[in-house]
Amino acid sequence: MTDLARTLPIRVLIAKPGLDGHDRGAKVLARGLRDEGFEVIYTGLRQTPEMIADAAEQEDVDVVGMSILSGAHMALLPRVVELCRGRGMDDVLIAAGGIIPDADVAKLKAVGIAEVFGPGTSIGQIAGYFREHARRRG
Amino acid sequence: MADLPELLRGAAAGQRLALARLLTAIENDAPGLRELLPALFRAGRGAHLVGITGPPGSGKSTLVNALTEEWRRRGRRVGILAVDPSSPYTGGAIMGDRIRMMEHAADRDVFMRSMASRGELGGIAAATWIAAAALDAAGYDPILIETVGAGQSEVEIARLAETTVVVEVPEMGDEVQAIKAGLLEVADLLVVNKGDRPGADLAARHLRAMLSTAGGRVTRMPPPILLTTATTGDGVAALVDAIDAHQAVARSPQQLRQRASHQVQRALAEMGARRAAVHPDWEELIGAVAERRLDPISAAERLVG
Repeated sequence: MTDLARTLPIRVLIAKPGLDGHDRGAKVLARGLRDEGFEVIYTGLRQTPEMIADAAEQEDVDVVGMSILSGAHMALLPRVVELCRGRGMDDVLIAAGGIIPDADVAKLKAVGIAEVFGPGTSIGQIAGYFREHARRRG
Repeated sequence: MADLPELLRGAAAGQRLALARLLTAIENDAPGLRELLPALFRAGRGAHLVGITGPPGSGKSTLVNALTEEWRRRGRRVGILAVDPSSPYTGGAIMGDRIRMMEHAADRDVFMRSMASRGELGGIAAATWIAAAALDAAGYDPILIETVGAGQSEVEIARLAETTVVVEVPEMGDEVQAIKAGLLEVADLLVVNKGDRPGADLAARHLRAMLSTAGGRVTRMPPPILLTTATTGDGVAALVDAIDAHQAVARSPQQLRQRASHQVQRALAEMGARRAAVHPDWEELIGAVAERRLDPISAAERLVG
């Protein structure tokens, strides 16, 4: 592939699953990723797993990033993975951030959440992780 | 590498992920896309291409949502391309048009794609019209193209779309704004949105008065002016009627020729730029222009010559 292909922007869906109404973090991340050169699609609040999978499919994103503070992560996040994989999005990186207890992090990783970013993670770390692990377009 | 003919077949057969991946290939100008284009355009089913433009915050996204709801009620399958600006510094973008489209999220007969403008200044991305052809091949009709928040002169959409809807708000300014050249001139339909705000009727009347006096070399009819409140749906059914009715006008032989000519001109410009970029003398000629040994026009001529 040419140099051009390597500089194609990475497309990221930033979603807020479930009922928590706090999206300052999601918005700060969206803005930060924009400044890192990503194309960010922000879905807004109160998304069901179906809505997130639907958006990920239509937007053909490279990464799905979900921000969740409500405690409902075990109910919602594995379902998003299941729906995305079920629709053929096998190579889409799915990650989460927010308030998620360590004990649950391992369980989430076991069902296909690639990484969980807790409080204090810098935008640079997240951008670096996405760059390293997002699928390569060809 | 994606098998593009396979993606086109999948998209035409209703597979949404295939359509999504075809749109990505179009946006990225992926290898093999050029060879696919004849088949892609042949696969079109003649969808009505509708541009929605207007200043930031005029309610374009909310109106697109309301229009989608009305067309769905009428049994139409709606395709949407929503363009948002790319950062000129980092190339990054935030695309937030899905926020207003939540109620259609699970509707299989609505397909929405966000596109970053990727350096284009006309209010849409370079690949937008090819992306529209893909939605057409997938059976969506109408196809709505929502531009970036436009100022006064982002009129590219009007050359691409069959029907251009310009969305303004009651606070758009005085009568002189209405007679300036640019965006308002290209409207096939002019919408004053946020019609529940004070002064909305007056704004619509002002627009009507100023735009109805067109003469001179202008051969276009003044556009119908409609009042909508996208958040409540007021006036939206009438707007859908007006857009649908405009399709016949947009397909007059003269207008078809105009759009065809513009599409070919666009393709020429892109082709020229692409050829020039791989020309062996590119570096040398750019250097010569930078050092003022050569003028930019002559450099361009040698690059495409």
